[in-house]
Amino acid sequence: MTTPPPAKITIERLSVQYRDGTESLRDISLSIPAHQITVLFGPAGGGKSTLLRALNRLNDLVDGVRVTGRILLDGEEISGPGVDTVALRRRVGMVFAQPVPLPMSIRQNVVYGLELAGVRDAARREWELEKALRAAALWDEVQDRLDAPAVALSGGQQQRLCLARVLALEPEVILLDEPTSGLDPISTAKVEQSLQEIKRLYTVVIVPHSVQQAARLADQAAFFLQGELVETAAGRELFVTPREARTNDYVTGRFG
Amino acid sequence: MSRHTTQRLAFALLTLAAIVTTAPIVLIVGYIAATGLPAVSWEFLTTMPRDGMRAGGIWPAIVGTGLLTAGTGLVAVPLGIAAAIYLAEYAKDTTLTRAIRIAIINLAGIPSVVYGLFGLGLFVLFLNFGTSILAGCLTLAIMTLPVIISTAEEALRAVPQSFRVVSISLGGTKWQTIRRVVLPQALPGILTGVILGLERAAGETAPILFTAAAFFLPQLPGSAMDATMALPYHLFVISTQIPGMPIQIQYGTALVLLVFVLSMNLIATVIRARARAQRQW
Repeated sequence: MTTPPPAKITIERLSVQYRDGTESLRDISLSIPAHQITVLFGPAGGGKSTLLRALNRLNDLVDGVRVTGRILLDGEEISGPGVDTVALRRRVGMVFAQPVPLPMSIRQNVVYGLELAGVRDAARREWELEKALRAAALWDEVQDRLDAPAVALSGGQQQRLCLARVLALEPEVILLDEPTSGLDPISTAKVEQSLQEIKRLYTVVIVPHSVQQAARLADQAAFFLQGELVETAAGRELFVTPREARTNDYVTGRFG
Repeated sequence: MSRHTTQRLAFALLTLAAIVTTAPIVLIVGYIAATGLPAVSWEFLTTMPRDGMRAGGIWPAIVGTGLLTAGTGLVAVPLGIAAAIYLAEYAKDTTLTRAIRIAIINLAGIPSVVYGLFGLGLFVLFLNFGTSILAGCLTLAIMTLPVIISTAEEALRAVPQSFRVVSISLGGTKWQTIRRVVLPQALPGILTGVILGLERAAGETAPILFTAAAFFLPQLPGSAMDATMALPYHLFVISTQIPGMPIQIQYGTALVLLVFVLSMNLIATVIRARARAQRQW
């Protein structure tokens, strides 16, 4: 047994409740190691997206959400009041299920976050632009038309653009919420390949769109069921020898 | 009756309804143009009225309407857009904001003469602005605000929520998100509302009747505290108050007012059509 890698994010007894009283997450404790891909999987409604949105405080945009427990990023609490959420979101980037290119050019989409952060140096923005597009495996396809509107890209390209947009900010953690759910297998493979490469630099937390994808990507996997974290294990263990019957039933396709 | 006969009958009736509703507009515009056009000349547009307004031009009325419309825009546009941004982007759904919305909807339905009386009481008398362009613009602005606020709010709400979430998730503040993503996308819709509101301000008589309009002035207004002539009020004056008024001048004035308002309408239509063609969502 090797020593576990250092935790980038520590989640302690986190519960999230919506205004109508429905509990989305119940008493979750989880440690997310740095430079690994942590996969949060399970059937819909399990609270996976809510957990992602707790990590970058997007739940704040929903009225009446109640969060208890703590989330630590590098040992620093990010879940309480008084956290600079704008600065936090630059450190914890997110890619959504539906690619949403902002209504601007490809170039503007990628440098948007940098501009918001006040990066005035145009040369640096160009440098980050190319680096991010290369890391998202999109550079070769768009380098000749950076000023074309981003919506002109195909769905798969749009999703890689959304990844590049996040990478340009050089965040520490990247959250992905079913990033390949609308993509064809080839685009999906490209995105997955990018993730394997970028995890050297970033900590990746992903909600996959299938159990197969979960098994392909996981350095650590966590199984969620109805707001509860059923079990966690390193590598592919959960998919081969789950300890819990409920996990076993799900990964073998008995429900879900 | 067979289904085909019913269909043909319905089609005929609907066509008839369309004709009945558009025909008066065509007739009115056509009649005004035909009767008024002979009076419209460069001189008519650019000189002062003469001979108790029975001759000469309508220059001061054109200038007055231009000033009143511009002044109204200066007050109502920033205020209206700011209020719309507050309502669409910041305000939570509370009893207070619901009351504000109901107030705005109801304000839009108030007869313009009531605004005129309100302006007389508040601006002309209480604040002692006198009958002036300032009082007129403020009165027209209050009348125009509900239109601008509700169309601007609608335009802001039409911008997909996902744009806001993405911008926030990329480290944008709320205001950065509004200024860089939401406002540019809503701008065409906002401009349409602004122009439609100002168009109404340009054409109204009642709100300026007690607050800004003068029967006749021998020179152009020199400051915002002066009264002014204005096209709609001038039209009212020369149509009802002056005996022996040549009919061409009346219709010429009406034609100028109509062109003024319709060209604003045209601009709004063009902006909307262009934006729709360019829209990326």
